[in-house]
Amino acid sequence: MDQLLKTLGIVLNATLMYTPPLLFAALGSCCSEKSGVINIGIEGMMTIGAFTGAAVGYFSGDPWLAFLCAGLAGMVFALIHGFACITCKADQTISGTAINFLASGIAVYVCRLLFAGNTETHPVPNKLPRIFNGLFEWCNANLGGKWGEAFAKNGFLDNVFNTYASAYIAFILVLVIWFIFYKTRFGLRLRAVGEHPQAADTLGVNVSLVRYICVALSGFLAGLGGASITLATVSVYRPSIVIGQGFIAIAAVIFGKFKPQGAMLGCILFGFCNGLKVVVGSSGSIPVNIISMIPYVVTIIALILFVGKAHVPAANGKPYIKSK
Amino acid sequence: MKNSINTKRFIEKLQESAFTYTLISIIIGFIVGAIALLIAGYNPIESYGKLFGVIFRSTKNISYSFIEYSVPYILTGLSVAFAFKTGVFNIGAEGQYVMGSVAAMLVGAFVKAPAYIHIPLCIIAALAAGALWGGLVGFLKIRFGAHEVLCMIMFNWIAYYFSNFIVNLDGVNVGGGKTWSVPIADTAKITISDWLPGLSPKAHFGVFIALICVVVIYYIINRTTLGFKLKAVGFNRSAAEYAGINANGSVLTALSISGMLASLAGALQVMGVTYKVSQFAGQEGYGFQGITVALIGGTNPFGVLLGAEFFGAMKFGGTRFDAPSEIVDIIMGCIVLCIAISSLLRMMISSNKKNKGGV
Repeated sequence: MDQLLKTLGIVLNATLMYTPPLLFAALGSCCSEKSGVINIGIEGMMTIGAFTGAAVGYFSGDPWLAFLCAGLAGMVFALIHGFACITCKADQTISGTAINFLASGIAVYVCRLLFAGNTETHPVPNKLPRIFNGLFEWCNANLGGKWGEAFAKNGFLDNVFNTYASAYIAFILVLVIWFIFYKTRFGLRLRAVGEHPQAADTLGVNVSLVRYICVALSGFLAGLGGASITLATVSVYRPSIVIGQGFIAIAAVIFGKFKPQGAMLGCILFGFCNGLKVVVGSSGSIPVNIISMIPYVVTIIALILFVGKAHVPAANGKPYIKSK
Repeated sequence: MKNSINTKRFIEKLQESAFTYTLISIIIGFIVGAIALLIAGYNPIESYGKLFGVIFRSTKNISYSFIEYSVPYILTGLSVAFAFKTGVFNIGAEGQYVMGSVAAMLVGAFVKAPAYIHIPLCIIAALAAGALWGGLVGFLKIRFGAHEVLCMIMFNWIAYYFSNFIVNLDGVNVGGGKTWSVPIADTAKITISDWLPGLSPKAHFGVFIALICVVVIYYIINRTTLGFKLKAVGFNRSAAEYAGINANGSVLTALSISGMLASLAGALQVMGVTYKVSQFAGQEGYGFQGITVALIGGTNPFGVLLGAEFFGAMKFGGTRFDAPSEIVDIIMGCIVLCIAISSLLRMMISSNKKNKGGV
């Protein structure tokens, strides 16, 4: 029993390691897509966030400042995307693809300039804090140790809840975004703009402004997602660090039918499968490459069996052109 | 007088042509690149001079730029462009490329046959793998209503790990702790530089196959019923169905053909350049860059050809560059962004004209 609990603890620990970056990015993607702007550029915004986080973290030593700067860097690229898609009515897929190229190019380029030609930054001195570090050990020591293994260092609770602050922020943000979407006036406008911009416009909603805010927010969140890799999971930026996670986040959003809570389930599914990979992979009985396929195969199977057709916001991908 | 009318017409035509905007976008891309070079302390004129100097320095470098580096982009670009015509965003070209390269490697290494049978056999195996990989997504979309972009992203990763799995199998792996497969047999190689020593060492006749594909795809899109059906579905699915076109069938066909094109790129790369499949450390990006190429080419097959040659040459130039080679990515990103934005410019000019016509 204890052994099982411990294994589960390790799986969940890994889950909570893999999930937050995806979750930040997925929430970002959700904001943008809900307002009717496809954001393929999430991947690039994550990349620039990951790099900015690592670079600012290294030079300033302050992980929170780095985290914030990463979000802002993502936002800058999101605003370029917004300018192209909203003001210039550009094709959103094309613009997003361009952002991906541009962001990964600029990240590595600046990295080479700042770190003497290397494509990898130096490790950040301070990672984001683990909020409950030592809490469970303290409980164990001060409550007579009769609560069993679960409270020990690297026991179940320590493994599960003693994760980096970014994980907690990500899950709290799910609630916040859900609240904004479904319980506030701005959320109602946002959804209206994504479903039927003409109707929203007639009622006096500033379609462009709402979309700009949403796209900027999506870049900010994607930037945080990137930084939660370089400031928590690992402590350096290298070009291969984000690869594909932005697209996985987009996949999670489609999987979750463009709802923040659904996207969260998608991200957790991914994170959990990655966690399983760590445990099953260490046993060595199944080739690691086969195990690595699990998250992707499971997603497709889940999509076919349970999710069905996604409801895409009706105006998603269509620039809004005001009629005269 | 007549002359000036001709000039005016010429200018109008230029304003309408997508090519003009692509050209302007390329210029803007280079300007932004120059700014990035300046920031890094390089002299942009000198650097660009070197870049183009490298590309055109010798027949060998020209062959590097326009054959070795460009061929995979021609085909993945075509793959993406073709799917675009049917209204499908083929973000899965990456996975299809990988499946093609694995299939070609397996047949190339483990089948024994004379070259005139072996080479077509490798290509057919790759095409089958690509059609299957692309078609499977189409099937999931049609049968289960699965979102194709989501499926393709998943399929890319499954292909990636599948390839790594195959490469590490006993018998396929070359052994000795190495992370690549056994090499393909000499009869499956398509390199031509043995006969034409002036070319780069891995120039291969896949370039002719790619050129044939450009023409064939152009023909299919513009001159056949199939192409008409595919385009109709891409423009307006409901209208196409109303007109009696089988929209589901069209999507399936388009994705299969698209998959075949991308997998052919993978096969030619294995047969002509690498001769083996290595374990990946990250996605190689031929498929993703195919998206860029397709966009630069305006999803027109001949445009894709030009876009791919340009892209391949820049990639090659970037490898022999004194400034960081990522400058190429920055330039390319700017170009694509400008192409995206240019639709506004075009709209403004055309609406301007309409207004004048009305008054």
